[in-house]
Order: sequence, then structure tokens, then C-alpha cells
Amino acid sequence: MPARVVVLGGGVGGTLVANLLSKRLGRDATVTVVDGSGMHVYQPGFLYVALGQADALWLARDERTLLRKDVELVVENAARVDPTAQVVQLVRGGTIPYDHLVLATGSRIVREQIPGLVAGAHDFYSLDGALRLREALRTFRGGRVVIGVAGIPYKCPPAPVEFTLMVEELLRHKGLRSRSQVTLLSPLNRAFTVEPASKLVQPIMEKRGIELQTFFNVESVDPDKHTVSSLEGETVEYDLAILVPPHRGAKVLEDSGLVDDGGWVPTDRATLQHTAHERIFALGDATDLPISKSGSTAHFEAPIVASRIASLIKGTAPREAYTGRVMCFLETGNGRATALRFDYAHPPTPPTPSRMWHWAKWAFNRAYWITVPQGRIA
Amino acid sequence: MTTELPAITKSIDARGMACPGPLMSLIGAIRAGAVGEAFEVLSSDAGSRTDIPAWVAKAKHEMVAVVDEQGYARFVVRKAH
Repeated sequence: MPARVVVLGGGVGGTLVANLLSKRLGRDATVTVVDGSGMHVYQPGFLYVALGQADALWLARDERTLLRKDVELVVENAARVDPTAQVVQLVRGGTIPYDHLVLATGSRIVREQIPGLVAGAHDFYSLDGALRLREALRTFRGGRVVIGVAGIPYKCPPAPVEFTLMVEELLRHKGLRSRSQVTLLSPLNRAFTVEPASKLVQPIMEKRGIELQTFFNVESVDPDKHTVSSLEGETVEYDLAILVPPHRGAKVLEDSGLVDDGGWVPTDRATLQHTAHERIFALGDATDLPISKSGSTAHFEAPIVASRIASLIKGTAPREAYTGRVMCFLETGNGRATALRFDYAHPPTPPTPSRMWHWAKWAFNRAYWITVPQGRIA
Repeated sequence: MTTELPAITKSIDARGMACPGPLMSLIGAIRAGAVGEAFEVLSSDAGSRTDIPAWVAKAKHEMVAVVDEQGYARFVVRKAH
């Protein structure tokens, strides 16, 4: 009987693991993806939608079109996972048994955790949010723009810095820059977590007159007074607040008792196995690993998960281990970008921002649909 | 002399993790934790030596200990408010 592999979630990680396993194991396994929406969303595009640089239409595709033919897709929400009985229970009834389970359930946005955030601030962490922000930017006539972070961990650590640089550029192009103040509220004591990247970005911010307020972790928003307060005890005023909302892991995993207090899966940093359940693997945003929550992380973790599950099914010793490899682009505005490439053993040394990296990011965004989910970029 | 460390609520192994990094992970844990709980972060990043105590002081939490280990440091912080 073929081994049964069930993948929860049809994002970057889930889709890629399913395709790699199906390709590798053929008739030795059945691979089933369970996804509530059946749509695959390219989330890095939200930022461009918010800035009016991309149409929302290119961000979503039918998940079925991205999966190999022999991968089964169940478009339904999972209600619970029972690791003892090794079954996934579906919301509308019915169960799917598994021999190996992959948790690729991503993260969800929980704006309501921060008082005043829903009424007082914008974000680009969902398609709806990005469209609302696009409208707010379209009608903005100048004033104090603050960009900050209202929860850790969050997806795509460079995004607030990128957005700050790009929104400043937008205000210049619209002739609103002289009437506007742009401030990045950084959770850390520099603009960006990676110090060499901060050293590249901070002089650019200074040159463009962008203020940097450090150690500012957003705790609350007052939509009436138009103020944002930090857990470090400071308050700033705003006319337009763009704040990264808090994230949590998927509810189905919380309901199944498979996660920590934040909703993240306790995951081994090398094998990507659940620390308490050897038949369960996790990747991408779903894990508790203190590494970037980004599509890139899921992309580089997926081959490891697929390889280790394939070994378990074939009865060979699993050899591949995740080395912490991540690669991401960082737009610095004015048509330039840099790249961050690193792993557990090698910190990033980003190159000077250039047009080449900007175009590399553009090309990657365009080519995503025909490369990443199918495993064509290693 | 050995330092008596409190019971740790959550330990974060951020060794070799450049992004989002040890301090960011610690801030996340403290945000989610309860007052009085102690958190530990392991970091191999030299910058943590200054970054972590600076944030703990600014946010008015308690820097319980910084312990040198082989190739990394162990930071223990208690959530004070």
C-alpha cells in the first residue's frame, strides 16, 4: 500500500513539498493537499498593490493549476489534527488518515490584538489591507506618515524598511514630499535587524530626510487622537499610520494542541520535524524557528522536508538537513534593490543597492508562478 | 562564582539566525509572556552584547544575566511590567 502524505496548506511551502514528493515517490505514496481556499496567493505582491504599482489580479492562482496531476487537492478547512490516531478532521465532517503530515499552514493576521489598530492604522499584510492602503495613499494630501511594527514575529522582516523607502519615493513623485514627514518606527536600535543591511539603508534614509525612531514596538493606537504608543513608553502623532499587524499560527493547530503560546509549531531547526511528533513536519511561517517568516524560507525548507519524508517512506536514513538558508531582496527605492543571502553559519553581506537587484526581484516576481511551486529554482 | 539563574519560561536558540535576529525574537517572547516570567536567548551574534541590554534598559525590564558559553552568549531577561 502506498504511504499516505497529507499536506496542510497550499502556500509556497505546502505546494512545493507536495510536488517534490509526488515527483520523487510516484506510486510509492499518495500526496494530498488540504487547503481552505484552493487559491494560491503570492503575498510579496501586496506591497506593490498598496503602492499602486501592481494589479491585484496577478497575485492569486487556482492551487490546482500549480500542483502535479497526481497530487490530490481537497478544498476544505481542516478542523483538527489527531496525532495519536494520525488523522486530519475536516470542518465539514470526514477525516483524512496520514502516515506523514506536513504543516504548511502559514500565519494569520490578528489585528484585534493591538488596541486601536483596526480603526487607526493601515497595513499591507492582506489583499484587502493593501487595497485600502492604496486608496488612503491615493487621497493623502500630505502630513505625518509613520511606518512601524505592532507584533513580533511578522512576515518578511525587511518589508517595513522597504515600504518606508518606497512610500517616500511615492510622496516625492506626487509632489507631496515637502508637506510630509516620513518616520520609520523601528522595533530595534537600528533600521533593520541585519546590521550590514542597516548600514546600507540608514544613510539612504538620512539622505532622503526619513526620520528613524528606534526601540519603538507598537503597543496601542489611539484613532481619535491620531497617536501610536510603544511598549517602551513613547508616543508619536500621525496622519497616516502603516503598521505591521501581529501574526499568529493557524487556529487548526492551536485547536489540536500542536503549538506553543504564539500558535507556532515547535520545530527542530535541522530536521524540521515537530519536536514531539516524529511523523509531523513543519515549514514556512508555521514553525517556531527564530528565522524569517517568508516565502523564501519555506522555499528552501521544502526540499529538506520532502527528502526526509521520502527517506522515511523508502526506509533509508534521512541525510538532508536544513542549514538555515534564506535569500531575500530588499527594495531601497529609486529603482534599486539589494539582496540578503544567509544561513545559520554565514551572516548576510548585502551588496550595494543597484538596478540589477531591482530587476532581479522584478524578474523573480514575474517568473514565480512557473518556477517556484514546481521546484524549478533550487 | 556561579550565577543562580531563575526558572526559564521560554528559551530561544537564535544562534546563527541573522534575521529577524536574537533581539527581535526576545522582544516577541517578552510581548507574549506574563510579568515576572524569565526568558532566555542564545546568540552567537556579537551585536547582541550591546543590543539586548540596551533594549532591556530602554523597555525597563530586568537583565538577569549574561553568561559566556563556548561560541555564544546566553542572555536571561525577566519581564518586569
